[in-house]
Amino acid sequence: MSRNNIALWAMAGLVYSFLYIPLIIVVVYSFNDSKLNAEWVGFTFSWYRTLFHNEEMLTAARNSLFIAISASFLATTLGTMAGLAIHRCKLKVLPMLAFTPVAMPEILLGVSLLLFFLQVLNMTLGLFSIIIAHTIFCIGFVTIIVRARLQGMDESIFEAARDLGATPWQTFHQITLPLIKPAVIAGALMSFTLSIDDFVITFFTKGVGEPILPIQIYTMIKVAVTPEVNAISTLLMLLTLILIIIANKFDTRMLPGDSEK
Amino acid sequence: MPLLEIRNVTKRFDNFTAVDNISLSIKAGEFFTLLGPSGCGKTTLLRMIAGFDAPDAGQILLDGEDIIGMPPEKRPIHTVFQSYALFPHMTVAGNIAFPLKMAGKTANQIKISVNEALENVHLSKFANRYPHELSGGQKQRVAFARGLINRPRLLLLDEPLGALDEKLRQDMQMELINLQKEVGVTFIFITHSQNEALALSHRIAVMNQGAVEQIDEPSKIYSCPANRFVANFVGKINLMNAQVLEATASHLTLKVDGLGTVTVPGKDDVKVNDEGVMAIRPEQVKIAHYAENERPAPYCIGKVQDFLYIGDVTTYIIALDNGVHLEALLPNSTPGLAKLFEINDTVAVNWLPDSAQFLKN
Repeated sequence: MSRNNIALWAMAGLVYSFLYIPLIIVVVYSFNDSKLNAEWVGFTFSWYRTLFHNEEMLTAARNSLFIAISASFLATTLGTMAGLAIHRCKLKVLPMLAFTPVAMPEILLGVSLLLFFLQVLNMTLGLFSIIIAHTIFCIGFVTIIVRARLQGMDESIFEAARDLGATPWQTFHQITLPLIKPAVIAGALMSFTLSIDDFVITFFTKGVGEPILPIQIYTMIKVAVTPEVNAISTLLMLLTLILIIIANKFDTRMLPGDSEK
Repeated sequence: MPLLEIRNVTKRFDNFTAVDNISLSIKAGEFFTLLGPSGCGKTTLLRMIAGFDAPDAGQILLDGEDIIGMPPEKRPIHTVFQSYALFPHMTVAGNIAFPLKMAGKTANQIKISVNEALENVHLSKFANRYPHELSGGQKQRVAFARGLINRPRLLLLDEPLGALDEKLRQDMQMELINLQKEVGVTFIFITHSQNEALALSHRIAVMNQGAVEQIDEPSKIYSCPANRFVANFVGKINLMNAQVLEATASHLTLKVDGLGTVTVPGKDDVKVNDEGVMAIRPEQVKIAHYAENERPAPYCIGKVQDFLYIGDVTTYIIALDNGVHLEALLPNSTPGLAKLFEINDTVAVNWLPDSAQFLKN
């Protein structure tokens, strides 16, 4: 191995350590048989046991899952429709409008949604308002992914379907949907992971009452970083990891025939 | 009654007129070609026949019935796209079955028809492959089979051979001719390649800037081009500025730049003093080593300035005394001999009076 190569590997190693060591520490200490995150005492599952007996934490997890599933379903449906429409419409301003929430600082989105819900809609904050808020910031991601997929495709495929006797609905159902499916699934998984651990927007739109997982974790940390927090973080990490792996499987380049382009 | 009749069809995009008042009619069973340079409006015309675009004016009649406004899926017309447009998520068999499925055929009928179609295009072994696992020629055959599977009244082919390499293209040309004969479906073929048009078609419409310049059989298009554009676009041709001195029904006497007076066959609607060009194909130009006092006197004398060896033929570029250049094409029929003349050879240039013609500007 040449000198340059060693330097490169060392650099890469540093970057990856920086990224992963904190995560590994959290995982390790979630199994540590000590109340303090200071030294390794012994292996235990007790923090997980405590976690599963913590009623509030379980409710928070249930709420977060419910929000994430609802928001990702809504965002995927609406975002896919938006992606299709934007792809067809030649108006330049339309994609920009759809993508802006993606680039917008979350805090801004959170504040403006709070004002909108309270002052314009005059609604009570709760799970419903959180779902709407999450849907809004996830739509843009789904739209971008679906549109990118459509842009890489030969437009004449859709014309060919019509030409060969398919109605617009049959064309969508038989050709368009199967072709954009990887993008739709990737968008759904992405929405889910974005929603389940979102803090800022949730914080602004949750109101009082229902516990939500990321906020619950934050509240626990205010006292001390307990091994219980490590345990819930580890579980969250595991869920995210699984979703990332699934999302990768549905990478938008996964379909037969894509290599042509 | 013609199968397809296009009446005064016009299509504009913003300020650009893509198709300008075109009328033509196509008979059932015909192999009809729209030939023209890119941007001449041939694809736009095809898209209007398929139903993807609507004309701004005019009528498109199929079996005497106006089909404008009818959606593409309702028209008994199929298209073979330049990019083949095979469905990437379906196998070869799935692609070919698609039109039958849309037409509501039963699974059993579909199976029989697809197997037959696969055999016709020699792709039975590839039934379960996906399009990206096929070569260009195979994709092409799938596209043909898919377009023909439920016997449309009309098959539109948008430069289908454009993406293939030269050798494969020639093979596919033969296959296409046979296929059309076999199934008897009327073809409208689009190409910018004059060779392809001449080789495949029963009739050709030469298009330029949204208008049709000439509709004729291939041999007529080549030997009697209607105007300067057609003469220039289809095949190579020598064009020399000329003016009509005398016009009778049987012949025209021209004053040709650099050649003096030349007699060519007569033509309707040509008057004395008309300006235009004298046109002659390179293969009609005969050249021979010049011998003085030769009888009958040649049209002119020139020097071989350059030559282009293509294998089967060699093109000689002859410079006449006054700076005019003429191309002469000679077959290399003598074994082992690549050229009959050397550069700077003085040659006598001749042609049969019938082989030259006058084209108005």
